[in-house]
Amino acid sequence: MADLGRKPGITFYLACGWLALVVLCALCAGVLPLHFTLDQIDSDHLAAGPGGAHLLGTDAMGRDLLVRLLFGSRVSLIVGSCAPLLGLVVGLLLGMPAAWCRGWSERLIMTATDVILAFPALIFLLVFTAILGPKLITITLGLGLLLSPRFIRVVRANTARFREREFILAARIGGAGEVSILLKEVLPNIMGPLLAYTLVVTGYVIVVEGGLAFLGLSVPSPAPSWGGMIAAGRDVLEEAPHVVIFPMATMFLTVLAVNLLGDRLRGRYERS
Amino acid sequence: MVFGRAATVVWKKLLHLLLVVLAVTLLTFVMTDRLPADIAAEISGRGATAADLAEVRERLGLNRPVLIRYASWLGDVCLGRLGNSLATELPVKESLRSHLPVTLELLFLSQLFALLLALPAGIITAWRAGSRLDRLTGTFAFACASLPNYVLAMGMVMLFSLKFKLLPATGYTPLSAGLAANLKGFLLPALAIALVEWVILMRVLRTDLIATLKEDYILLARCKGVPAWRILLVHALRPSLFTFITVLGMQTASLIGGAVIIETIFALPGIGRLLVNAIFAQDYPLIQGTVLLITLAYVLINFLVDLCYGLLDPRLRKVADNG
Repeated sequence: MADLGRKPGITFYLACGWLALVVLCALCAGVLPLHFTLDQIDSDHLAAGPGGAHLLGTDAMGRDLLVRLLFGSRVSLIVGSCAPLLGLVVGLLLGMPAAWCRGWSERLIMTATDVILAFPALIFLLVFTAILGPKLITITLGLGLLLSPRFIRVVRANTARFREREFILAARIGGAGEVSILLKEVLPNIMGPLLAYTLVVTGYVIVVEGGLAFLGLSVPSPAPSWGGMIAAGRDVLEEAPHVVIFPMATMFLTVLAVNLLGDRLRGRYERS
Repeated sequence: MVFGRAATVVWKKLLHLLLVVLAVTLLTFVMTDRLPADIAAEISGRGATAADLAEVRERLGLNRPVLIRYASWLGDVCLGRLGNSLATELPVKESLRSHLPVTLELLFLSQLFALLLALPAGIITAWRAGSRLDRLTGTFAFACASLPNYVLAMGMVMLFSLKFKLLPATGYTPLSAGLAANLKGFLLPALAIALVEWVILMRVLRTDLIATLKEDYILLARCKGVPAWRILLVHALRPSLFTFITVLGMQTASLIGGAVIIETIFALPGIGRLLVNAIFAQDYPLIQGTVLLITLAYVLINFLVDLCYGLLDPRLRKVADNG
């Protein structure tokens, strides 16, 4: 336990606190005592500023910003957590055998990885969502698949380091099968750095998902998402800047918090 | 002898890159073929009968198997023909030629800004690692890295365009309308990209430079009384640029066609917009032409980065074929 490194500072706890708050809001958005529903249009208050009945104001269509922000967090959180996890699973399934078996299977997997990395991500996402429809699960799947090659590379590099280690040899002499060695000996050793990488990717995915909204590829319009709110607020940027400022600040703080945690976790594994 | 081996390495790399281009364009062909939109219906307009649609498909060759169409497209490309857009019937080459300068200017300016930030910051923080300045720069960089470029873009539009009315919020002014007006339109989008991208450049430069500064020959230079700026800029910088160049190459490559959201926000007619519109219109020749350009650029930049390694460190020229 001596390797824990520097003690977590105040920023670390602030980041944890903010993330806990966002997760809590996303979970409880349905049961919170909110005065407005998601699509309720308050035509007396179009793009109204913060204060009054609407705590954070309303958007250009007169919908309550706070409510949309709360429900919108679900999209960012689901995509931000599930897409990297999917990438991680694919990375483990293909990266560990590639590093372990070597030979033609490694060459095949790594060549495919190279091709996918060179493939314009935009085409993949556009075609993927055009075929399956711009739904939450499509976006999550598409981003997860796009991330897989990066995870495969990281998993392979981390796994390869253990190929010649003594404790692997010991397990093999003890009669353990290769699959069991990978699962019981290698996996626990590479999980730490991989989780740190996953966290770093999480922040990136939240950013990308928001960007998709600008191309009309995020969740379809009436459903709220942070990216969608920012993209829609472009039309009233001059008259009602608060419409974009709140979702922008929320997204920034969330990505910042995730990055802070990822950075700390990474620092821990790089040292050891 | 050494030269001959280097040439073999270059050929091997070119072959690999050619394979990547072939795989990517084929994959694009197969994937866009699955798009649900029907270009034939789009072209024939409303009230077209089934016979009309069939006629259009026949004329465009859309009812041939996808692999055959790919082969015929590839053959045309080898002869230097990219075909015409299905939607507008303009030559694909013409569309690429009119959109490419916008992308290139955005790319050049954004990378220039990123370099202007990352190089000095990386050098100074590596020289004074652990100092207050280093920590401050690190914190600022961390905040920058957590800002999506579209958030930055809209924030800057609010500040510089709407509040202070200094710069145009959107729109593209061609170079022919004057350099100043043209640059004004590119300033905010280029900054929005650069302010996010400089961070990773700065970080890798700082890390590598710190490692280089621990080498014996730097100690020797210090003992000889070489001034600090000379040690940093002449002795230490060059061997510390490998990761930096690699990341710079990757970022540059991803910007060709990848800056689409910034292009959308600022209404810049670049390659990214062209590609998105082509996909929405299911305009095969235009999609293929754009993807070909993007992939060629990607591959070419990677190739140039590989060549740069040899220029940066002569030792690598001999062992290049091990890697």
